[in-house]
Amino acid sequence: MSDYIIEMLRITKDFPGIRANDDITLQLRRGEIHALLGENGAGKSTLMSILFGLYQADAGEIRKDGRPVGIADPNQANALGIGMVHQHFKLVHNFTVLENIVLGMESTRHGVLRMDEARQKAMALSTQYGLTINPDALIEDITVGMQQRVEILKMLYRENEILIFDEPTAVLTPQEVEELMRIMRKLAGEGKSILFITHKLNEIMAVADRCTVLRKGRYIGTVAVADTTTQDLAEMMVGRKVNFNIDKAPAQPGEVVLSVRDLSVAGHGNKKAVDGISFEVRTGEIVCIAGIDGNGQSELVYALTGLTPAQGQVALKGKPLQQLPVRRRNQAGLAHIPEDRHKHGLVLDYDLQQNLALKRYLSDQLQRHGFIRFDQVRRYAQQLIDQYDIRSGQGPDTLMRSMSGGNQQKAIVAREIDLGPELLIAVQPTRGLDVGAMIYIHEQLVKVRDEGKAVLLISLELDEVFQLADRILVIYEGRLVAQLAGDQVSQQELGLYMSGSKRQEVDHA
Amino acid sequence: MHRIRKGLSGMSASLLAILAGLLAGFLILLISNPANALKGLGMVLMGGWNNGMKGVGQVLYYATPLIMTGLSVGFAFKTGMFNIGAAGQLMVGGFVSVYVGATWTFLPGAWHWVVALLLGMLAGSLWGMVVGLFKALLNVHEVITSIMLNYIGMYGINYLIKNSHLFDALKNQTVNVAPNAVIPKAGLDRVFYILKGAYHDASSVNAGILIAIGLALLVYVVLNKTTFGYELKACGHNRHASRYAGISENRAIITSMAIAGGLAGVAGALMYLAPPSGMHIHVAEVLAAQGFNGIAVALLGMSNPIGIIFTGLFIAHITVGGAYLQSLKYMKEIIEVIIGLIIYFSAFSLLVRDVIAAAGRRRARREQARGQEREAD
Repeated sequence: MSDYIIEMLRITKDFPGIRANDDITLQLRRGEIHALLGENGAGKSTLMSILFGLYQADAGEIRKDGRPVGIADPNQANALGIGMVHQHFKLVHNFTVLENIVLGMESTRHGVLRMDEARQKAMALSTQYGLTINPDALIEDITVGMQQRVEILKMLYRENEILIFDEPTAVLTPQEVEELMRIMRKLAGEGKSILFITHKLNEIMAVADRCTVLRKGRYIGTVAVADTTTQDLAEMMVGRKVNFNIDKAPAQPGEVVLSVRDLSVAGHGNKKAVDGISFEVRTGEIVCIAGIDGNGQSELVYALTGLTPAQGQVALKGKPLQQLPVRRRNQAGLAHIPEDRHKHGLVLDYDLQQNLALKRYLSDQLQRHGFIRFDQVRRYAQQLIDQYDIRSGQGPDTLMRSMSGGNQQKAIVAREIDLGPELLIAVQPTRGLDVGAMIYIHEQLVKVRDEGKAVLLISLELDEVFQLADRILVIYEGRLVAQLAGDQVSQQELGLYMSGSKRQEVDHA
Repeated sequence: MHRIRKGLSGMSASLLAILAGLLAGFLILLISNPANALKGLGMVLMGGWNNGMKGVGQVLYYATPLIMTGLSVGFAFKTGMFNIGAAGQLMVGGFVSVYVGATWTFLPGAWHWVVALLLGMLAGSLWGMVVGLFKALLNVHEVITSIMLNYIGMYGINYLIKNSHLFDALKNQTVNVAPNAVIPKAGLDRVFYILKGAYHDASSVNAGILIAIGLALLVYVVLNKTTFGYELKACGHNRHASRYAGISENRAIITSMAIAGGLAGVAGALMYLAPPSGMHIHVAEVLAAQGFNGIAVALLGMSNPIGIIFTGLFIAHITVGGAYLQSLKYMKEIIEVIIGLIIYFSAFSLLVRDVIAAAGRRRARREQARGQEREAD
């Protein structure tokens, strides 16, 4: 029997205009945790989609236990014992945990469901791997960490041997991450083979046995994690030395720019999504709202920017905003890098220049008597493209949809910063971006701060919070539960606040 | 360059769709009367040319309301709204024009038809705006409201006509409008005619076609050159991003439906501000076909105002061509089936095109996969 349970040998995959995978080899040993590391656009997803049968490779072969196999669709992948926990879980929210586990694999007799058999099997697996669950809870009632367990159990229920985890820690608290690491080690100990897709180096160091690195669709190498360091891995991933720490002088907070008093936003049912929040942001500081996804961050931002109605007071430089529509708030000096760039940030069917003009097309610079001055729009766009190094196929005429995520985000950042706002609200500004783009955007945010503007950062990434924040506000279930100085708190402590296990009385001054 | 290439690829798609529609029509011709099928197809393709310059004039005449309703549907579509209510807007607009045309005889000279036309447009616009208001303020889907308003409009004007001096009980239709309220010929009758002996047999074409083309150009400019059009299209593409940018989505929905309704209202005005020999509003429980054909015109023209001029002309062309099929002993009903089939097959094959393309990609992928398996064996 071969040493390797699955091998992807010399895989090449072309998409129109781009070679997503160029001669990539990935060999997974039985019972190991193998990390797949690479920036966005490095070809990780393409490679995994090929393994999972969603795409077909143009060249190269896949072997299972040393024998070549063809994987035409996910069902065949499943038959070969390959299972995947997607980044966004594929669960039916109004089904129970057990129903989700057996979905598509129901045991039946004469067309009647035999849930008792399924329950026995699922619970046996749950004990064997230490994945405690409540089989009768509805998915919508359990935490994200629990939902992930259900996804893992789904794979085990299908007797999958090869488990792919696609960025599994993105949605978890530090404590939940540790729990996941424990589960992964347990799974590997029981003979399962794990492929772990990530761009977080410390997680690789913590849990993986070996690591394969991709860069720009190319295979860079496979290393034993015990023999390497985060610096080495980062260099392999980016292709040059990386300085993760941006130079940031101590903040010099000045006058109050944004002042929020008792802000509340209605949520589902009786529960408020944002529940009586008060805080201030001053010139020359970056205030970060940290928290686990879904604790009211999005609603808070929508309330500040006017996208959603809210109770309470919001003032920008003393000017009350709460009654103003979105456009008037923007004119008052508010810029907003939105959480979801495809939903809010961009009109994907417009080209780059039209998107760069999205908040400026009414200015005298870009229109006259209601007619758009296309030459000026183009000139303005070209200026931003040069200044912010936005890369695209056809310059200002590039269709937004065809641009890479990083450059789409750069376009939004350029547009918003160039508004010259008093307050810049940046929501997960580096989500899904590679290290290069991430550092660039971080530098831009610090630059805005150093120019004496106020920055309100909403982030789920602890690394980002610690990189940038002068002050950290922790949000939990719609309330601010802690106010911390950026350099006087540990990741662990922050994690406790974020998960609601610890709270301090936040001074509402 | 980029824009031109995009336009050309859209045009070739439309042409292919038309070809598919003609094939479907040919099939029915074959089934109902195989001997004359080929000749019949030729006749349909000849359109107005079957009857010389008069026929061409008729094509322009029939194209006029189609272009207007096509613009109406296409304009709403650019803003992300599906205006299925062009028929109702057309009838309401047409009714108001007829009312003004028949009663406001105090208006001097050309003012009469101009005012009648403008008020018809305004009426259609209000009728369309109701749809926008429901959508914007109460979040009622525009398809529901516009279908209901179609019927409310139709029955409402039937009632109003029957209970007023506008009713010509003998012909069960509206009375003639005043001569000053008739859309002028603008000299077109001296171009599009045939001679029957010494008699000038002129077509019904009038200045309406010029107004329709002018409005199409205006719509093109509004959509593509102004900040207003930029906002409307942004709403159509992505209403979340538009709201984020400070564009009032509600205002965009209401104004775009008002404009769409106005364009359909002009269609009604241009149809019914006709001489005694021309069209009148019949008191019947039938929605104006031009309203629905406008959907096909807009689809086939890919909601591009310039494209809509051509697809409106095309559909009028085959409709007029179809009328001559009776000379080949095709029944009137069958002709309507054939023409309807060509129109809708063309329009929907554009929609189906994407589905087929996607299926083709899937099949290619599967075949490729099988090929690989064979290699592996």
